[in-house]
Amino acid sequence: MKTPLSAWDKVQISRHVQRPRTLDYVRVLCEDFFELHGDRRFADDAAIVGGVGRINGRSVVIVGHQKGRDTRENMRRNFGMPKPDGYRKAMRLFHHAEKFALPVICLIDTPGADPSMESETRGQGNAIAENILVMAQLKTPLVSLVIGEGGSGGALAIGVTDRILMLENSIYSVAAPEASAAILWRDSSKAPDAAKTMRITAQDLLEMRIIDDIIPEPEGGAHNDADNTVRLAGARIMHHINELSQMPLSALLDQRYQKYRVMGAFTTLSTSQTNEGDALPFV
Amino acid sequence: MKELFRRAPKAFTPGEQTPEQGTPDNMWVKCPSCGDLTYVKQLRDNLKVCKCGHHMRLSAFEWQGLFDSDSFIQEDGDIAPLDPLNFVSPKDNYAQKLRDSQQETGLYDAMISGSATLMGQPLQVTISEFEFIGGSMGSVFGEKIARAAERAYGRRVPLLTINASGGARMHEGVLALMQLPKVNLALARLGSIGMPHISLMTDPCYGGVLASYASVADIIIAEPGARIGFAGRRVIEQTIRQKLPANFQSAEFMLEHGMIDMVVPRTDMRNTLARLFKLYTMRDASATPIPADV
Repeated sequence: MKTPLSAWDKVQISRHVQRPRTLDYVRVLCEDFFELHGDRRFADDAAIVGGVGRINGRSVVIVGHQKGRDTRENMRRNFGMPKPDGYRKAMRLFHHAEKFALPVICLIDTPGADPSMESETRGQGNAIAENILVMAQLKTPLVSLVIGEGGSGGALAIGVTDRILMLENSIYSVAAPEASAAILWRDSSKAPDAAKTMRITAQDLLEMRIIDDIIPEPEGGAHNDADNTVRLAGARIMHHINELSQMPLSALLDQRYQKYRVMGAFTTLSTSQTNEGDALPFV
Repeated sequence: MKELFRRAPKAFTPGEQTPEQGTPDNMWVKCPSCGDLTYVKQLRDNLKVCKCGHHMRLSAFEWQGLFDSDSFIQEDGDIAPLDPLNFVSPKDNYAQKLRDSQQETGLYDAMISGSATLMGQPLQVTISEFEFIGGSMGSVFGEKIARAAERAYGRRVPLLTINASGGARMHEGVLALMQLPKVNLALARLGSIGMPHISLMTDPCYGGVLASYASVADIIIAEPGARIGFAGRRVIEQTIRQKLPANFQSAEFMLEHGMIDMVVPRTDMRNTLARLFKLYTMRDASATPIPADV
């Protein structure tokens, strides 16, 4: 039997240096693959990799965050934190997929979007917002898998998909636990408390019906048997893509609209409640 | 000089606060920018814009004064927040925070929405309230924008969002994050019938709001001096370990870098919006206007 892991344990596993990254998925799953570079605007951001490849005989577009395994590579890949150029490269690939009617696989693994002066100056907020808008309307099936950290808008910018899958020990959060603790309590050392309170594990998110499927990992985490974890994940992704590919486009887009439209937790008060102007007992 | 200032014609009258919320009229307000004291009534007559040009924040209620008098009708006012994560920590309790903010502001959450007319032009409107947990974007906030966009779609009228927000509401976790695609999807639908969305960015607009509807609007207008950004100043300074230039992330900086369309002083706002909306709803002035289905 597996030892139950705390949310903070999972944060550590999701960031493990040997955890399979996007290019490991490409290596194990693709019969053929070409990385496509650059946003055709300004740069080629190494924090996001993408390209066209073939899995199980089927051509697909793959877009994912890419972290490094050592300091040098992490510097080059900015620890998997994309700049606007990375998101604009992703957007170019989404349009590319739509043009050639290829399904899109998004692999999410970022602490968040790059917070720097240059990213702000080139429109980080706008780059993320535009991707969300484009993915929401893209006329081809999209499936995302959180393979490590799903950090905030930086993750969502390649995460608006028809199906959202997570690896068993991956996390998805409104802001990285350290950032959440800094925002909430002005103390980033309280990150373990934030991880627990904010319900960021795959199991939490399945329970809240935000994600659709969890891919199991070997005991201790995906790095203990990387290739088999990746193969299993690949099979589940292709299963979902096959299902989505059988739907007419209009039904696919309607379903995507509804999927996100119902997300949120609120209550609708009765008329008598709203008329009581003096008392506000809402929660 | 003071007299001239006082006699400037009113562009609009900010909505009056209820007595228990408003500052008594016999008080002086210190401008956070120049430090000068201004008599409250005089300040209100100038739409809370100081002599030095500093735009003080208007409440969601006060912004209703932008529209034709008594034309604002609140909709979806019956939506109230929940505490989906049962968010309790040693330092913070979301349910209590909601109750306190509700008492303070008289609102259920950080967003008022409804319909209004502006110089006769029917609109759907959303106004965020910064005093309610930093105008943060949670489920109620997202739902109200999505419904406003859907109503604008159904009624074939433009959408105006008046924004002030620190970003996504941490206490609702990923549910708050998922409001970003929710509102953008609803806006895409509105765009499909050729109805414009104008985003008015007031101080401040950060994080989730900037990474969703506010920055994909057809036209983006900011108030002078409004701070606009994705990552907060503190976060960036900690990352790069140096001080940022003073004007970084200001409305003027964003205009210079191509992120917004115009910076418009509050006193010109009503006129600017009316003229803009007219260009889209009356595309051929010789033809009959597109009828609004209200």
